[in-house]
Amino acid sequence: MTTELIDPPARTGSAEAPRPLDTPVVLDVKDLRTHFLMPGGTVRAVDGVSYTLHRGRTLGIVGESGCGKSVTAQSVLGIVPRPGRNVGGTVTLTRRDGTNLELTSLDPRGKVIRSVRGNEIAYIFQEPMSALSPIHTIGHQITEVIRLHTGAKRDEARFRAETVMRQVGLPRPDAVLDRYPHQLSGGMRQRAVIGIALACNPGILIADEPTTALDVTTEAVILDLVRSLQKEGGMAIQFITHNLGVIAEIADEVVVMYMGRQVERAPVSQLFHAPQHPYTQALLRSMPRLGHRAHERLEAIQGMVPDPYDVPPGCAFHTRCRHYVPGTCDSPEYLEVSPRHWVRCSRAGEVA
Amino acid sequence: MYWRFRRHRLAVVCTFIVVFFYIVALFSETISPLDPNKVSNLYKYAPPQAIEFLDKDGNFSFRPYVLGFKSSRNPETLRITYVPDPTKRFPVRFFVPGEKYMFWGLWPSDIHVIGLGPDAPANTPFHLLGTDRLGRDMLSRIVYGARISLSIGLIGVTLSLVFGILLGGVSGYYGGWIDAVIQRIIEFIRSLPTIPVWMALAAAMPPKWPPDYVYLGITIILSLLGWTGLARVVRGRFLALREEDFVLAARLSNCSEPRIIFRHMVPSFASHIIASITLAVPGMILSETSLSFLGLGLRPPVISWGVLLQEAQNIQTVALFPWLLIPGAAVILIVLAFSFVGDGLRDAADPYGR
Amino acid sequence: MAMNAPATGGPNPPGSSEDDLLVARDLKKWFPIRKGFWSRVVGHVKAVDGVSFNVRRGETLGLVGESGCGKTTTSRLVLRAYDPTGGTIHFKDRKLGWIDIPTARRSELRDIRRNVQMIFQDPYGSLNPRMTLREIIGEPLLVNGIASGSALQDRVAELLRLVGLHPEYMSRYPHAFSGGQRQRVGIARALALEPQLVVCDEPVSALDVSIQAQTLNLLEDLQGRLGLTYIFVAHDLSVVQHVSTRVAVMYVGRIVELAPTADLFFAPRHPYTEALLSAVPTPDPDHRGTRIFLAGEVPDASNPPTGCHFHPRCRYAVEACRTTVPPLVELAPGHQVACHRATELSLAGVVPGS
Ligand SMILES: Nc1ncnc2c1ncn2[C@@H]1O[C@H](COP(=O)(O)OP(=O)(O)OP(=O)(O)O)[C@@H](O)[C@H]1O
Ligand SMILES: Nc1ncnc2c1ncn2[C@@H]1O[C@H](COP(=O)(O)OP(=O)(O)OP(=O)(O)O)[C@@H](O)[C@H]1O
Ligand code: SF4
Ligand SMILES: [Mg+2]
Ligand SMILES: [Mg+2]
Repeated sequence: MTTELIDPPARTGSAEAPRPLDTPVVLDVKDLRTHFLMPGGTVRAVDGVSYTLHRGRTLGIVGESGCGKSVTAQSVLGIVPRPGRNVGGTVTLTRRDGTNLELTSLDPRGKVIRSVRGNEIAYIFQEPMSALSPIHTIGHQITEVIRLHTGAKRDEARFRAETVMRQVGLPRPDAVLDRYPHQLSGGMRQRAVIGIALACNPGILIADEPTTALDVTTEAVILDLVRSLQKEGGMAIQFITHNLGVIAEIADEVVVMYMGRQVERAPVSQLFHAPQHPYTQALLRSMPRLGHRAHERLEAIQGMVPDPYDVPPGCAFHTRCRHYVPGTCDSPEYLEVSPRHWVRCSRAGEVA
Repeated sequence: MYWRFRRHRLAVVCTFIVVFFYIVALFSETISPLDPNKVSNLYKYAPPQAIEFLDKDGNFSFRPYVLGFKSSRNPETLRITYVPDPTKRFPVRFFVPGEKYMFWGLWPSDIHVIGLGPDAPANTPFHLLGTDRLGRDMLSRIVYGARISLSIGLIGVTLSLVFGILLGGVSGYYGGWIDAVIQRIIEFIRSLPTIPVWMALAAAMPPKWPPDYVYLGITIILSLLGWTGLARVVRGRFLALREEDFVLAARLSNCSEPRIIFRHMVPSFASHIIASITLAVPGMILSETSLSFLGLGLRPPVISWGVLLQEAQNIQTVALFPWLLIPGAAVILIVLAFSFVGDGLRDAADPYGR
Repeated sequence: MAMNAPATGGPNPPGSSEDDLLVARDLKKWFPIRKGFWSRVVGHVKAVDGVSFNVRRGETLGLVGESGCGKTTTSRLVLRAYDPTGGTIHFKDRKLGWIDIPTARRSELRDIRRNVQMIFQDPYGSLNPRMTLREIIGEPLLVNGIASGSALQDRVAELLRLVGLHPEYMSRYPHAFSGGQRQRVGIARALALEPQLVVCDEPVSALDVSIQAQTLNLLEDLQGRLGLTYIFVAHDLSVVQHVSTRVAVMYVGRIVELAPTADLFFAPRHPYTEALLSAVPTPDPDHRGTRIFLAGEVPDASNPPTGCHFHPRCRYAVEACRTTVPPLVELAPGHQVACHRATELSLAGVVPGS
């Protein structure tokens, strides 16, 4: 047997340990509230969320389906679908020139916010098909975006598009650009959408479950790309996902949401090693772990997600919490239990 | 969707306007005060009569009146001019018996929504929007014209809808070379300049055709050229829906093709189709009006707004008898109303403009 | 359960054993690439290119691989949502015995579809937003003439209970449910016809971990209770490891390794599997960075590399890898690998956890 190797690609481990959050704040979200006024009642999809994005750092957002992660992101950009309405809070963007801009007070269809979207804050939609038009080719859609934001010429935009598509790991970018969305696999579509978002070098990237349809090697490529762009350009990232493995991999700080509110916020190591909120603890327990025994039952959180029209009073999680004590859990406050570690639980500290 | 539509105030108001017009078209016999073809030698080119609420002594009364006319001949132009005669007062009544008619040519009746009633002496003028050169009541003519003009819009759009859904659906559902051929045909038709093509087609209709054939012919011509827009919408939606998982799920449950199309796909874009139709109707109405105005479409004795406007074609009449232009105002109103409703529906169906 | 129905259909397919439910041999699906005015075919995307596998009754066969490697296409071929370009898929039907799905007649296909169902990835796109749960879950029953009227209602209620939803939800529309609940509705629909084989294309990718846990537990319970067989496509390897009996790893349209779950995870024999396992993100922020990065150009399914498709990115590639295609051979009982160097390499798997 010949053992003459053809240039073996190196084994790389490029991820680095979580970094301290000591860089300047580029996006400051304070007490954001977005409600959906539905005929059947009011859904408080986002109900007092506060966080900061730091230059060159990544904030992870996790939480149950329907807890308001996407609506939070959409509120920041002023693209909440009707009948959603921003009913409170501020979102302050520090622009590239150093000036501050309050986003919620802007006309959501005005010129200013449109120049912010895509240019300064890029958004990767959760559902790739909703960001892609079925009747235009991928290439048409990307070059359109690039030309809109950079004013590049057609050929130039096409070249940029090909470069970006190669960066996100799509094979034969020139051929892929001529295809329609339905001719791509789920993961290819998702990468196309990521490419569109990254095409304009945004200062802030809000990525809504960008890697759910990707296999782990492609996911690794995307995470690596995002990280290297972050390193080069100091991009601040808000990364929404329910894959705790990815959070552990990429985030520096994590926000955990439940029923429209933050229940915990902590630096990533702290969150994984010393979660304080029972919901966070339950989430970490319900995850299947690689290398553990197969076919053992997973520890799902008991009970049902409450009806969003009818959020339980007191701690919203109390209907499913194994540490619930009537009387004690009536109005948990959001407290800083240790530096940069906030928890909304009346029994925080006792239940760790 | 209803909800989002409600937010468009203007569209909601315009919906009422459109509905009002169609009610008028539906019940023209009853709503028109007089027979639109009745010639009157006494009152040619009579101006609109105002409805008044003040009685002889200047007091307010709930029963409105119209004033009769005093006619005099202008000695210079030899034209008869009419001035209201305050001594002749005729109360206006509602739902009164008047001239006999056949409702939709089916039931005999003589009830009119508005009129002077049987008590008024014969030959009393009642022309709220004036009369034309033969002394025919303009209001009645506009009301009857609404029936023809609005129904052409509707039937034309229905026909183009059939073409559009059929061809667009085939194109989008099967794709491949069928799609390519149909798309090329659509592009060809869209590249034709519409007005000359209409004119050529309309001119090709034998002039001896009875009015109802001409009516049908015009409708078909309009829809032959009008289906392409709808076909595009339908094709786009089909292309998108064909890839939806719920359509595949239906297929995997052994649903038949017709069931998949009509139970799963069509309802999903019905709202888009409705919006597109609403936007297409005013185009049809305008087309009919312009064709008839040019003398290529419907011809008297058929009454349509285009025909009415054709009679108001010369400058002199317009200057002297401006009420002959009222059908034009009706056209503008309905076209605008339809466009706003259509816009509202489109926004409601598809807030992101895709 | 009708496990012991006599096989009356075709002869046993080659390479099948008594407990096989599905046998796929040399399966191919090439999508034409069209270009230009008349959509001429200028090439093919070889989405699936010579895939062979057996699925045993009652097991869960995991299917993993890079995005775009043909997992969805393979699973849709099994359902005959696509017609394959070549190859056979024999399914052992309860009534008909062994049937080749790609060449099955219409009537046979109807029968197969009742026995092979699908659970979709996207809980939003896979339920028709304009149908109530009763209509969604009842549709397969209705279309296949199994139940209607109140019997249908009862059966739907039973299915809803089976997947842990309240039967009172029956008349609600999907938008009133969360992602996890919708996924249960999709599962109920798939189970309505009491299938033997359920193809799950990333059934939990769109769900958050706690709902994912519920759904996986539910799928396992149902397997135990109803004797279901699953083909389970997923990206999350910890999920695959959790549910699968055996796992097939695909790379650019081919299977490169197929082995019992523990063998594959703890002692992989193919370099791609090794890379895949190393790339699994570990839920521990303090142990980052042990991933093998796959360098080199991502292969293109319309123009795949020669020889072993993986050679341009393989750390262990030798000259032979570039020129000859490694066959899928059985190295240990039940452990099939397609790699020239499989016997000599010792590759790193997952470190067993506590
Ligand atoms: N267009 C809408 N109309 C009405 N309610 C909505 C709409 N969009 C979101 N909501 C409601 O807002 C709440 C939060 O939704 P959101 O999409 O932010 O959840 P999420 O955390 O992103 O969940 P997932 O993980 O499933 O994406 C949900 O209760 C949902 O019902
Ligand atoms: N309808 C189609 N027409 C043309 N090419 C297609 C079509 N469907 C899929 N393909 C191509 O076939 C290949 C395999 O696609 P498939 O959807 O099976 O991948 P997958 O393994 O499911 O990927 P993912 O994990 O991203 O969902 C891709 O290269 C894709 O572009
Ligand atoms: S056959 Fe060669 S290139 Fe392919 S996986 Fe094995 S060693 Fe790598
Ligand atoms: Mg979301
Ligand atoms: Mg797929």
